[in-house]
Amino acid sequence: MSTSSVSKGCFVFKPSAKKKKKTTLTLEDHFMRGCEDAENSEIRFRLCHDLWDKIKTDTEALQDELNRNILDSLLDFTRKCSSTRRHSDWASQMRASEIPTAALVLGVNVPDHDMTFQSLSDLLQQSVTPHVASVQAKECGALKHLMKRVLERLMDTVVDDEEEEEAEQTRAQLNTSVHCSLSTLCAWYNTNTKKSDTGTPGKKRSSAVRDDPLQPPVVIIFKDLEAFNPKVLQDFILICSRYIERLPLMFIFGIATSPSTIQHMLPHSVTSLLCIELFQSLSCTQHLATVIDKLILAPQFPFKLNGKVLQVLISIFLYHDFSVRNFIKGIQLALLEHFHSQPLSVLCCKKKAALLNVMQLGHQDLERVRQLQSFKRYAEKQEAQEQVHLLTDDPHLKEVCQKLIKDLRKYHKNYYPTLRCLHTLTSSLPRYPLGKQIRELHLICLEKNIWENEDYQSAMKLLKMLAKDQLIALLQRCEETLQSVKSKKMKSARVQLGDTLARFKQLDTGAAESPPSVEDSITSPVKNLQKKTDLFQLQKTLLEMNESRRSKKLSPFEVLRNEALQFIDGLVKSHLSPPESQTLNEVCYYTSSATVRRHLNATPRTSIQAALNSPIYYLQNERLKTEDGVISNAAPDICIVYKLHLECGRLINLYDWLEAYATVVSAAEGNEPDSDDFGKVDDVKHARFIRAVSELEFLGFIKSTKQKTDHVARLSWGGC
Amino acid sequence: MPLGCCKYEDGAESCHTTQCCLQFIKVLFTFSSGDTDTLSVIMSVLEVKFIGDGDALEHIVDKQEDVQISSGSVQKMVTFKSPAGRRAKEDAEHDGDENGVLNEQNYVHALGTDNAEEDEEGMYRVAGSSIFTFQKAKRGHSMAQTASELARTPGKSVSFSTTPNIEPSTPTRTGRNHRGGSRTPQRSKKVQFVSTTPHRLRKRMTTPSMRSDSDSELSPSDSEEEGEEDEDVMEEETKVKKEDKENLKTLRTPSEGSSAALYKTPAKKSKTTSEALNQPSMVEEYFEAHGNSKVLTSDRTLERLHTPKLDRETLVQLLGGKPSCCSKEIQQLNGKHRKHFSKWMLQLQLGFSVLVYGLGSKKSLLEDFRVSHLAQEINLVVNGFFPSITLKSILNALTCEVLEHQGSFRTPSDQIRYIAQTLKESPDLHVYLLIHNIDGSMLRGDKTQSALGQLASLPNLHMVASLDHINAPMVWDQFKQSQFNWLWWECVTYLHYSEETSYENSLLVQQTGTLALSSLTHVLRSLTPNARGIFQLLVKFQLENKDNPSYTGLSFQDFYQRCREAFLVNSDLTLRTQLTEFRDHKLIRTRKGADGVEYLVVAVDAGTLMDFLENEEAD
Repeated sequence: MSTSSVSKGCFVFKPSAKKKKKTTLTLEDHFMRGCEDAENSEIRFRLCHDLWDKIKTDTEALQDELNRNILDSLLDFTRKCSSTRRHSDWASQMRASEIPTAALVLGVNVPDHDMTFQSLSDLLQQSVTPHVASVQAKECGALKHLMKRVLERLMDTVVDDEEEEEAEQTRAQLNTSVHCSLSTLCAWYNTNTKKSDTGTPGKKRSSAVRDDPLQPPVVIIFKDLEAFNPKVLQDFILICSRYIERLPLMFIFGIATSPSTIQHMLPHSVTSLLCIELFQSLSCTQHLATVIDKLILAPQFPFKLNGKVLQVLISIFLYHDFSVRNFIKGIQLALLEHFHSQPLSVLCCKKKAALLNVMQLGHQDLERVRQLQSFKRYAEKQEAQEQVHLLTDDPHLKEVCQKLIKDLRKYHKNYYPTLRCLHTLTSSLPRYPLGKQIRELHLICLEKNIWENEDYQSAMKLLKMLAKDQLIALLQRCEETLQSVKSKKMKSARVQLGDTLARFKQLDTGAAESPPSVEDSITSPVKNLQKKTDLFQLQKTLLEMNESRRSKKLSPFEVLRNEALQFIDGLVKSHLSPPESQTLNEVCYYTSSATVRRHLNATPRTSIQAALNSPIYYLQNERLKTEDGVISNAAPDICIVYKLHLECGRLINLYDWLEAYATVVSAAEGNEPDSDDFGKVDDVKHARFIRAVSELEFLGFIKSTKQKTDHVARLSWGGC
Repeated sequence: MPLGCCKYEDGAESCHTTQCCLQFIKVLFTFSSGDTDTLSVIMSVLEVKFIGDGDALEHIVDKQEDVQISSGSVQKMVTFKSPAGRRAKEDAEHDGDENGVLNEQNYVHALGTDNAEEDEEGMYRVAGSSIFTFQKAKRGHSMAQTASELARTPGKSVSFSTTPNIEPSTPTRTGRNHRGGSRTPQRSKKVQFVSTTPHRLRKRMTTPSMRSDSDSELSPSDSEEEGEEDEDVMEEETKVKKEDKENLKTLRTPSEGSSAALYKTPAKKSKTTSEALNQPSMVEEYFEAHGNSKVLTSDRTLERLHTPKLDRETLVQLLGGKPSCCSKEIQQLNGKHRKHFSKWMLQLQLGFSVLVYGLGSKKSLLEDFRVSHLAQEINLVVNGFFPSITLKSILNALTCEVLEHQGSFRTPSDQIRYIAQTLKESPDLHVYLLIHNIDGSMLRGDKTQSALGQLASLPNLHMVASLDHINAPMVWDQFKQSQFNWLWWECVTYLHYSEETSYENSLLVQQTGTLALSSLTHVLRSLTPNARGIFQLLVKFQLENKDNPSYTGLSFQDFYQRCREAFLVNSDLTLRTQLTEFRDHKLIRTRKGADGVEYLVVAVDAGTLMDFLENEEAD
């Protein structure tokens, strides 16, 4: 069956029943089929799958945890609201006539909101009330629709427990009934609550004073407040306020921009019916920071991203969407690509499994190990004998690999704590020479040796200017970060740091007599300065002062400070070398940032224009080779026509265009420029031209216009 | 103006344009001092020689451009500051927002669009700045000129440099600089000279005696057509070439009297000076291009061809015979794309959607994918380019044919909910949705796209789509994009969009009218004899007036009168009902005249109407 027709646009294909019996391919099969190397692809697939599952559950847990605060406060709010109704004093009576509303400011990262709302409504249903309905703007164009959606969702959630037929009936009723009103909802609510507690049947009246605890509020969540039609919303709120006494309603507004939207959308007469409380959700950058902290800066995840890939993902986040969800999607893609394209990724797993997998490497895989850049570098450093061994002896290589894998793990174990230490020290420096966020520091470290970085040196200088209490506080925080680390080296580092801190404290007690002498040496030349002097004298004294300061004996504090910083510097130098320097880093690090960028942040227009402009990049044909910037006349028609149209203004004369095209094409056909036929428009050329022009129109470069006969309008500018 | 420093991909273009402009102005400013220096130097030299203003200005233009091209490296130093300094500056400006308001340079660096990036396939990346530019003023003959240039280089095998991006290209004058910069200086000068000289001057240079000053070929878009003599293009081409040579000559011997004499007329001179001075400034060029609404194009029409219009069948016939160029390479290219199919399957099953983009029809590629990998799966193919595709038909195909649901739905959202529910209940059921041209004109609407997004976000509905329009990504906002969860795949195929373009009424293809004729007869057959008579009356009247250019249609009163006379109607109400019926079938159009009277027109061309009348009479 073909998929082209002049009368139909949709074609359904169903496999016949016989074929269906054949086993359909699983995920794994697809992975293995497209893989570089089939041997260990099964293991790789397992690893990839497990890792992704772990990442997924971890991020979800993280999300829940981060949202917990705000959700808890929201829950408190709902509970409080449902409880205020029971009080009988005047203030709460007044209160009771208002609809309690939570304005939840979520930020512009709209893609992430769904998760938040999902967990919110789940939590609400679990702990506060079974009656939760969430509505989106796009399904509520008019008041009727909004009302219908609310009723449907509220009543469905309850009806679901009963038999299917009944549910169908109610739905059918709803659809058919003209009175899709809140009074229906009230009646339903009353019968429902009555059903749930049969003990107090008589008291369900319209009084606000109740003593039964079973009055769960009816929560309506407006997911995207900004997108709602203000008129619809106003009407809905007005109607709801009429029923507030009979129906404990409650709203939650999801706001992406700022709380003032409520004032913009709703007039005072409507907002006065609401009792609004504002809730601010966690900002998306904080969210990202936590995700990076838990996923990227964690030694327990064997899979790593190199600097460029991470930079691409972070840039997409910062410059395009602020969406953590998309960031994780990027990680997922990188993970998949890594395990798919790198056969040695079989070693990218937990330590024990990795050591086991090393032993199972085949000869081909070991050859691959030998080809690795980092391994070559490693081998070159070894002695000649050892080199030969490494290159020829497979069992020996396996042993070495095990050792190298262990080393790599140790490197990571030391890298992250050191990074955190350095971050605590530098993140509060003025002007943030190494960045405010730990991810910035991490990126610098991934790129190259951080201690060769200018910024690092200036940061160190700034650290040397810190006052004592500041420095001690920072060092103490460093010590705390090192506390939980199990690695041997880090433990000794912590002990050393503790020593230094103790010495700082000693300084406090035993440094009573040294300060005066220091002060003397500084103050005496200053005193000299206060006399009247000429310029020459001044210069001289200043020079002297400088000299004396340089030669001046350091105070014990300064000595200790330098020592401490020396220690930190040593720590950085020994542990923060970039991963590229580590042998076998290719196993764990995904490097192809171009792939990630192309799949996530593609530029279709650039691609089309590049293809039109220089077909040679895609079609390696000798005839297409030309000088830079010029297109060969042997290029596809559409390229020639495109190139010619670049020379035109807003309107293009089709006749001229055709003539120009014919000239180029006849040259390509090898006609002599002097012959009569040169540049003549024959039918075939005309037809080809028509095709090319209609293709350009299809792509959106030109459109037909009635401004002038046989002219088309140009729609795009630029393009080389 | 070398602006090679602000390259960015089009994705980021929206938020960075202003920054770019600012930067541009900054750059302008930094160079103005240097330019004036050169200017003054040249001026002083010229004053000694006593050469006419016009000539001197020509030189300044050339010199300026040389300076700008050579100063590309300097420019780089200006923008590529040391990171420390940059950060310091930033912190001063933005009060330390943690989002790290990085420099756009950084952004570019980050997204890997600069040439330092390792691009495994050696892909050609065009800078965003050269794609998104303003309109610029174009002069009359540049197309013919380019054509002749292209014709002159017939597949020369010149050693090809593979450093595509280091060229400092300006957003405004990309094409020229690009070309000019890579050639020998002399040649580049020539090209630039030609482009800066107004067309009239060149014309005068080559044919000084014969033509008067009136622009015979060029006229503003609203002017009447002038009878243009049969000047062959060939002739023109040679002229242009000659012209080039002459220009070259004049350049080499600037003090020659002949060239100075050409600039004698004061009016023309002022024009040259202004244009020459305008040249470096992007701002002024922008206003020059947008200032006058009139566009100068030649008045020649396709009527001058021997075969002015081809109909669709002959077109297909003509194109069928000839194999397109580079077919082998194109096949290779497609073979390369096919290798990714199993990866696509993997990604689809992991919850991504696959979106292919790039030049060339991707229908056959997706079709191959479907046949090779989806033969055992339930799949739905949607032709987005089909002119009457609707969301409803897609959803109906899903519910009726795929899910085998009898009955109808009130709204699309109900339908989507049903689909979601059914797919949720049977997690083993996988449906693959292939959409050719998800940016098709009928699918562009916000509602349709959000519905498709909702479908794509279902875990066991997998979507593969293709995309062609250059502005297509604009149909999705962040939310929709995350619903679709696209993975973009570049698949440049260079195949012809034969099927995709077959539906649209192409600009040049003759509408044969067979369709219109058959629909006319069909509708008319179902009508009463009286109604047929009414329609014939209108047709005849229109045919009588077909040579009258000021014919606007038959007025209703007039028509009524005629119908009464022919005993076709007895009241104007009957006529009106009849007309409503015609209008519903789109047989006629009504139009309010200047005097408020309704005019009736049959919306079919004269030839078809003739055929129609003949047919009717034969019956």
